[in-house]
Amino acid sequence: MSQTDIEIVVDDPTAPEDDSPSVVSSGTIEIVVCLLLLALAVTLGYDNWRTGASWDSTGPEPGYFPFYLSVILGGGSLYGLIAALVAHRKAAETFVTHAQARRVLAVFVPTLLFCLVMQFLGLYVASFLLIAGFMRFVGKIALWKSLLTAFLFTAIMFVTFDVAFDVIMPKGPLEAAFGR
Amino acid sequence: MEAFGLLLHGFAVLLTWKTLVLMMVGLVLGIFVGVLPGLGGPNGVAILLPLTFTMDPTSAIVMLSCIYWGALFGGAITSILFNIPGEAWSVATTFDGYPMAQQGRAAEALTAAFTSSFIGSLVAVLLITFLAPMISSFALKFGPPEFFAVYLLTFCSFVGLGREAKHKTIISMSLGLLLAGIGMDTVSGNLRMTFGSPELLRGINFLVAVIGLFGISEILLTMEERLALRGHAASISLRVVLGVWKDLPKYWVTLLRSSFIGCWLGITPGGAIAASFMGYNLAKRFAKEPESFGKGRIEGVFAPETAAHASGTSALLPMLALGIPGSGTAAILLGGLMVWGLNPGPLLFVEHKDFVWGLIASMYLGNVVGLVLVLTTVPIFASILRVPFAAVAPMIVVSCAIGAYAIQNAMFDIWLMLGFGVVGYVFKKIGIPLAPFTLALVLGNRAEDAFRLSMIGSGGTLKVFWSNGLVGSITTLAIVLLFWPLIEGLLGRVGWKAAR
Repeated sequence: MSQTDIEIVVDDPTAPEDDSPSVVSSGTIEIVVCLLLLALAVTLGYDNWRTGASWDSTGPEPGYFPFYLSVILGGGSLYGLIAALVAHRKAAETFVTHAQARRVLAVFVPTLLFCLVMQFLGLYVASFLLIAGFMRFVGKIALWKSLLTAFLFTAIMFVTFDVAFDVIMPKGPLEAAFGR
Repeated sequence: MEAFGLLLHGFAVLLTWKTLVLMMVGLVLGIFVGVLPGLGGPNGVAILLPLTFTMDPTSAIVMLSCIYWGALFGGAITSILFNIPGEAWSVATTFDGYPMAQQGRAAEALTAAFTSSFIGSLVAVLLITFLAPMISSFALKFGPPEFFAVYLLTFCSFVGLGREAKHKTIISMSLGLLLAGIGMDTVSGNLRMTFGSPELLRGINFLVAVIGLFGISEILLTMEERLALRGHAASISLRVVLGVWKDLPKYWVTLLRSSFIGCWLGITPGGAIAASFMGYNLAKRFAKEPESFGKGRIEGVFAPETAAHASGTSALLPMLALGIPGSGTAAILLGGLMVWGLNPGPLLFVEHKDFVWGLIASMYLGNVVGLVLVLTTVPIFASILRVPFAAVAPMIVVSCAIGAYAIQNAMFDIWLMLGFGVVGYVFKKIGIPLAPFTLALVLGNRAEDAFRLSMIGSGGTLKVFWSNGLVGSITTLAIVLLFWPLIEGLLGRVGWKAAR
C-alpha cells in the first residue's frame, strides 16, 4: 500500500543557488545566435550560388534548393535579430546564472576532455577516466565507489560492443598491450 | 480481414525467445530513462539507439519501440510520486496525480496512469493496424509530385500550427533542410556545401545530430537544475489494481474522448503535449463538478495520460504508411530504419511485410508486457532516483559517444555530436524548437529528390503540383496551413464585423 509520508529524499550538494547573479540575458544570446545563423546563411548561400542556383532544361540545378533555403534561413534570422533587438530594451530574462554556468561547464569541460583523450587513449580508457573523475570530483562520491562504478560500466560496454556485437570503437595503447 | 491475418503472422515473427528478451530489456531500459530526471521519450531512444545497430531490423525496431513505451510509462512515475513531469506531456498528469499521492492514493493514481496509457496506446495501435495498410496501398499510386506535396504539407503544418514563434520554427526547419543538403547531391552527383572538406563529403548524419541535440544537450540542461528530490514511495497491490479496473467502465466517455483527441493530434503534428492538455481540459469542462479537478480526481489522471499515449503511438502511423514521422521520436525511429537498410515509405508494407507487422504486433505485446512490468516493479524504479546524477551523467555521455562513433566509424562525428549538443542546449533555452529541425534533417533529401524528379518529369513547370485533384488539394492545403495564423486572423476579423 502507499504511504503518505515522504519516503524518497535525494540531496544535491552542489546545486546551483537560486539567487545567483545572471551571466548573460536570453536577449543577448538570441542576438548572437541570429548573427551566427545569418553568417551561416550567407556562407552557404554564396556556396550554392557558385554551384548553380538557377534552372536548366531539366529543372533546378544542384544549388537551387539549398540556395533558396539559405535565403529563407537568412530572412528568418534577420527577423529574429530585429525582434530580439527591439525586445532587448525592455525585458532582460536570464539566459544562465553564474551558479548554473558553473554546473553546465562542470559537465561540458569533462565531456570535451573526454572527446580529446579518446583520440589518443581510445574510447574505453577515456570512458573510465570520465566516469571515475566526474563521480569523484563533481559528484563528491567516495573514491572506491567512483573507481568501481567506472570500471564496471566500461567493462560492460567493452564486453557488449567489442566482444559480443563486434562494434569497433577507437582504441589506444592499453588495448594494444592486451592484443585487442 | 487481410490485416488480421498479417497481424497474426507478425505475432508469429515476434514469439521467439530472443525477441521477447529484447522486448523486456527495451522496456526496462525505457522505464529507466523515463524515470531519470530530464530524460524521456526522444532522448531515451536517441541515447540507446546504438545498442540496436548490430541487430536485424525487426529485433532492433522491437527493442527501440519498447524503449519508447517504457519511457512513456516511466514519465508517469515521476509525475505522480515526485510532482516532476519527465516530459512536457506529463505536466497535465501532475495536476491530479500528485495530489492523489499526497492523499496516500499514489498506488491508485499510478494504476490509473498506467492503465489509461495502455488504453490510449491500444486505441492508437488498432487505428494503425487497420488504417496504415490502407493509406500505404493508396500511397503506392503516388508519384514524385504527390510525395513532394505531402512533405510540403508536413513542413507547412509545423510552421502554421506550431505554438512557437513562427520565425523560430522557420529558422529551425530551414537550417535542418540546409544541413540535410550537405555532401553529395543525389540527383546530379555534384558536391554541395562541403567547402573542400573530406569529412563533410559524407554529409551530416541524422543520428549523430540527434544524439547531440537530444542526448548531450539534455545532460547540460539537466545539470542546470537543482537535482534534489523529495517524493512518495509506493507499491501497487493487486487489490488496488482490481479496484481501479472495476471502476473503469464509469469513465468510458473520458477514455474514449481522450483517445480520439490523442489519435487526431498524433497523426497531425499537434503532438502529445497539446493532446494531454486538451484531454484534461475537456474532461474538466464536461465533468459535473469541474472544481474538484486538481484536488486528486482520478479522471484528471485518466484524461491526459490516455490522450498523450494515444498521440505518441499514433504519431507512428504516418511514419509507417508514408515515411513521414509525426513526432520527434518517430523521426528518430525513422532514422533508425535507414541505418538498418530499410527505405521508409509506402513500399515498406509490400517489401518488408515481416518487419512492419512484427513492429505492429510488438506494439500490442509491448504495451501488455509493459503494463504488467510497471505495475509490479514501481518500487524498484522509483528508487532509481536515489542513484546520484553525477554517476548517471557521464555514463550517458559515454553511451552517446559510442552511438555517434558507431554509425560511420568516424572521429569527426564525435565532434559533430558535441557541437550539436551545444546547439541543442542554446536552441532549447532561447525557444527555437528542435522538432522541425529533426524532421527537416531526416526528410530534407527525400523532399528535394521528390521536387526535382517532379520537375524533370514535368519539364520544369510548377503546374505539376496542381496537375490532378489529389496533388492539387494536398498542395493547396499545405499553403493554407502555412498561412493559417493569417487566415484565422482574417476570418476572426470578418466574423467580428459581422457580429457587430
